[in-house]
Amino acid sequence: MHSFELVKPKTLADAVAALADGAQALSGGQTLLPTMKQRLADPGTLVSLTGIPELQGVCQGDAGIIIGGATPHAVVAREAAKYYPGLAALAGQIGDPAVRNRGTIGGSIANNDPSACYPAAVLGSGATIVTNTREIAADDYFLGMFETALEEGEIVTAVKFPVPQKAAYAKFVQPASRFALVGAFVAQFADGVRVAITGASNNGVFRWPEAEAALSASFTPEALKGLTLPADDMIADLHGSAEYRAHLCGVMTKRAVMAAG
Amino acid sequence: MTKTSMTVNGKAVSAETEGRTLLSAYLREGLGLTGTHIGCDTSQCGACVVHVDGKAVKSCSVFAQDVEGADVTTIEGMANADGSLGTIQQAFQDHHGLQCGFCTPGMVMSSAALLAENPTPTEAEVRHYLEGNICRCTGYHNIVKAVMAASGQAVPAE
Amino acid sequence: MPKDGGIGDSTKRREDIRFLTGKGRYTDDINLRGQAYAYFLRSEVANGRINGIDAKAALAMPGVLAVLTGADFAGMGGNPAGWLINSRNGEPMKEPKRPVLAHGKVRHVGDAYAVVIAETYQQARDAAAAVEADITELPAVVDMAQALADSTNLVHDEIGTNQCFDWGWIEDNRAAVEEAFKNAPHVTTLELTNNRLVPNAMEPRASLADYDAGTGDYKLYTTSQNPHLHRLLIAAFVMGMPENKLTVIAPDVGGGFGSKIYHYGEEAAVLHAAKVLNRPVKWVAERSESFLSDAHGRDHVTKIELATTKDGQFLALRSETMANVGAYLSNFSTATPTFLHGTLMAGPYKTPLVYVNVKTVFTNTAPVDAYRGAGRPEATFSIERIIDKCARELGLDQAEIRRKNLLTPDQFPYTTPVGLVYDTGNYQATLDKMTELADLAGFEARRAESAKRGKLRGLGLSTWIEACGIAPSNLVGVLGARVGLFDAATVRVNATGNISVMTGAHSHGQGHETVFAQIVAEQLGIPATSVEIVHGDTSKIPFGMGSYGSRSLAVAGSAMTKAVDKIIAKGKKIAAHMLEASEDDIEFKDGNFSVAGTDKAKSFGEIAFSAYVPHNYPLESLEPGLEETAFYDPGNFTYPAGAYACEVEVDPDTGKVEIAAFTCADDFGNVMNPMIVNGQVHGGVGQGIGQALLENTSYDENGQLLTGSFMDYAMPRADDVPFYKVDHSCNTPCTHNPLGVKGCGEAGAIGSPPAVVNAVIDALHRGGHTHVSHINMPVSPARVWAAINSK
Ligand SMILES: Cc1cc2nc3c(=O)[nH]c(=O)nc-3n(C[C@H](O)[C@H](O)[C@H](O)COP(=O)(O)OP(=O)(O)OC[C@H]3O[C@@H](n4cnc5c(N)ncnc54)[C@H](O)[C@@H]3O)c2cc1C
Ligand code: FES
Ligand code: FES
Repeated sequence: MHSFELVKPKTLADAVAALADGAQALSGGQTLLPTMKQRLADPGTLVSLTGIPELQGVCQGDAGIIIGGATPHAVVAREAAKYYPGLAALAGQIGDPAVRNRGTIGGSIANNDPSACYPAAVLGSGATIVTNTREIAADDYFLGMFETALEEGEIVTAVKFPVPQKAAYAKFVQPASRFALVGAFVAQFADGVRVAITGASNNGVFRWPEAEAALSASFTPEALKGLTLPADDMIADLHGSAEYRAHLCGVMTKRAVMAAG
Repeated sequence: MTKTSMTVNGKAVSAETEGRTLLSAYLREGLGLTGTHIGCDTSQCGACVVHVDGKAVKSCSVFAQDVEGADVTTIEGMANADGSLGTIQQAFQDHHGLQCGFCTPGMVMSSAALLAENPTPTEAEVRHYLEGNICRCTGYHNIVKAVMAASGQAVPAE
Repeated sequence: MPKDGGIGDSTKRREDIRFLTGKGRYTDDINLRGQAYAYFLRSEVANGRINGIDAKAALAMPGVLAVLTGADFAGMGGNPAGWLINSRNGEPMKEPKRPVLAHGKVRHVGDAYAVVIAETYQQARDAAAAVEADITELPAVVDMAQALADSTNLVHDEIGTNQCFDWGWIEDNRAAVEEAFKNAPHVTTLELTNNRLVPNAMEPRASLADYDAGTGDYKLYTTSQNPHLHRLLIAAFVMGMPENKLTVIAPDVGGGFGSKIYHYGEEAAVLHAAKVLNRPVKWVAERSESFLSDAHGRDHVTKIELATTKDGQFLALRSETMANVGAYLSNFSTATPTFLHGTLMAGPYKTPLVYVNVKTVFTNTAPVDAYRGAGRPEATFSIERIIDKCARELGLDQAEIRRKNLLTPDQFPYTTPVGLVYDTGNYQATLDKMTELADLAGFEARRAESAKRGKLRGLGLSTWIEACGIAPSNLVGVLGARVGLFDAATVRVNATGNISVMTGAHSHGQGHETVFAQIVAEQLGIPATSVEIVHGDTSKIPFGMGSYGSRSLAVAGSAMTKAVDKIIAKGKKIAAHMLEASEDDIEFKDGNFSVAGTDKAKSFGEIAFSAYVPHNYPLESLEPGLEETAFYDPGNFTYPAGAYACEVEVDPDTGKVEIAAFTCADDFGNVMNPMIVNGQVHGGVGQGIGQALLENTSYDENGQLLTGSFMDYAMPRADDVPFYKVDHSCNTPCTHNPLGVKGCGEAGAIGSPPAVVNAVIDALHRGGHTHVSHINMPVSPARVWAAINSK
């Protein structure tokens, strides 16, 4: 690992200031540390976000729930359960217990790994990403594999989730990493259904409009019958071909609908 | 180098660190607590699991300075006050839940975290909870048995 | 009922106390005053010419003490292959030199070509980035068939071919086997691969070298399954020093599975560096380095054929295999695909005619060598898969076709057509036991229940045999071994009656400290707590070939019991003197030496004490002291065998396979500690399930390892496996070692992969996907789904 200096501000303002000079944010470190061990990142200064109370916690807002940017997955799994069980269940499926005790929602969606779980919930819920400078709609936030709308030094301070009537996440794990080989998040709102798929596409998390339309008409697994996704843009690797992933998108979406009940 | 202090196994300790000093290195090299093991460099094997403020974390994936002041428990802190094996440790011995012993500290620490959260887990819950702890020796059979036995539940005879 | 702490008792392991309290002492836990740290530079290309290495900038960096390259070791010897194999045409195998560090050429991704030594590990790593290596990438040789076909692109230019040898076993049988195939009523053919595996013992390899400039003595703490073998290889072959100048200590070792048998260049490199710098040097592999540089396992491509009658009687079997040895010959790499594989191709069956052909191939990949089971899993997989396919073609039940062809108890000793003599066994008994334990009769009901949940349930069997207790020196010598494979033990009775046993076996998870003590305690009639087992240190132990090939108890354990026998004999002499009786009248029982027919007796403790306080000994006929050493070389291999059943559930929508049940009925001969034996089987089966369903080592066409971390290499986790049912009640004790033991360490990994794959194919057939005749391991969800949809 390259050498760097670690600073641990106590307020968001101090963190923003510290990040101004090209430093990098450190949240749970569950992605950043392994990357740094491979010497793929050389940040100079790391600004830890773990000591800032205003970035922590799950609470109810006017239009749903608000999750602090540095809230660990385990806390979301526990504390969001009463407001938004589908989201809590997803958080409870990320990595393993030790990873969930450190890894955070802000880190996950800032990183936007194409196989990560949270992006599916954020996009599938139509959540809003709150940063130290602005609010970004999920539809405008995820720009492709490891790419987001965040600017240099911009911090995810919270994510606001509208709470759907029903929602569930179905994850098919990649056997080695246990990330999502394909994960489908479906959420039924009063005004329609959203479906977001992670793990499958070369462009990262995406919505599946045909499935959304079909499920909006009838929120049943049968409604998805005959719907397929083209394999063209799907990830192909050791763990599955593009065709396999395209196929799993259908299977997992169906299972998510069944789980949502 | 700066001095970083925390409480480890109930004792106030401190050791020199750089920004890049991992909690695992702090424990192993700084404090000589070599029970915490390193089995991978991708945060997956769980040999390094310790408790930080009561929660299981992979000590290879946390910077020491980021948990300054924390209350840390390692495998060295799991025995009873009189030095005898704690309940989980004893169950691992009774049910042959370890062979080479390398994954064992992490397994015990993760199991302790599980039983703190869920005092009587089902077999499936134990297996699922230990997803982040890799053992190459035991085929997991006796580890799962040991954890269930430590929670006071019946286990298969073999 | 076994005695408390005696033979057959499930004594709890004494070593657990230290492991469970964080007091184990693994190589990386040891630190010597003033130690420096090594970081190895490894090739990023699979094949490349080293034009030059410029370390100037690195040497100027903080804390850097030295940078050594291949040139610094060019004068040293090569790391040898332990077995000489001849080709069918009589030519000896090709043996290119394996240097300490790559010199001139790098031959696989991860091939170490330089080492940076610095005050701290981070400094060494920091400086490594400043070493400028000018390496011209050359086209890589990765695919075995291509490697054999293309004689212009060579892994080792100096040997003129990528083929190490072309071996036939037994060549004299070839014509008869071919004839049998010509005339056979039915022939089943299958092409399969035995997937390449990365051993991944949880403790990465590590070495800590020390040099004493005053005496010229070297000391190496290292992750070894066999410290004496390491000492021999390093001293005699590589560094060229007298063995007595090198001490090798293998302290607690976190698993081996074969990968820590071998000597690797890093060990000699840190020893040399310790001398150059005159200070201790430590190296600990990162897991990524382990993936690139530990010897991998398996990697066979095989065509297997079985000739039978129409009712499934085996007539002849033949196989053609390409076996990957990687870029260099690792120590056991030539024995594994030959004498540990070809000689097992008769399995537990009566097949009268067998012929095996193996071509070993150099490729620009990490060396491949023995991994848990070594050769025998490859043989078993080929045999059990072809039998399964044959049964399906002939419409026979899987258990019946096996039962019909298994050797029967009256046939022992049985000479196989591939050169082994099975001493004893009862394969029907284990098959019956497994049938009962796995409740094969109830399978149909379970299948129907799975079907209700939309799952395809399948049943797979495997009846396997292995040859282990790797030893008989005379036999392995005939087969090409360059070393003897006996073992040794010293039993030292201390004056106060407690005992130190120095054994040549090494425990890295097997629990020798407990089990060996049980055996000695039983033999001497003393409490096991009075016996301490010492292992892993060449300065304390007379000699030993270490632990692998399920040999510890059968070979080293036998040496130990022989040494104890000598202690008893000496004890009788002492007792005769003390009790003023004739030696012939002394009986030894339950820890007491007594004069037959009298109540005159001395306890073991009194005898021991007397041996060290020999005030009135007749010194011409009785030496003081009570310490004996024995060497043991058995007459034959041992032949554990068993019958396994696996039930799987396949999710036809995703292709995911779940192990619903796994049952093992094994014959390990006499069992010393049932708890530990069960644990060995669990572990082996876990690894076998890993091979069958999860573990895949994949190189791309440029020789880049695509599965270089746990992110892509799927290790079995707790939720990938069920509780296993294991049994070892059907035992036929080994006929030629004193304990009647056969060895149990590899069994699970040998018997399980075909049972799993057979079960998956069975599930697919029962589910109507009858076009699927085989799926290569790992049988991943993607592969199962692709197979289902391949029509
Ligand atoms: C063994 C293992 C298994 C895992 N399994 C899964 C899984 O199944 N599914 C899954 O989704 N993930 C998985 N993960 C990833 C895990 O969820 C990470 O926690 C997460 O991706 C990153 O969160 P973090 O808080 O750890 O971020 P860090 O590692 O601290 O940071 C990641 C990146 O985000 C930046 N960053 C962090 N916080 C912020 C912020 N608030 N604003 C802006 N930028 C920020 C950092 O600078 C860095 O570039 C796994 C990780 C491990 C080690
Ligand atoms: S060493 Fe921490 S997860 Fe492997
Ligand atoms: S006991 Fe060896 S890795 Fe688990």
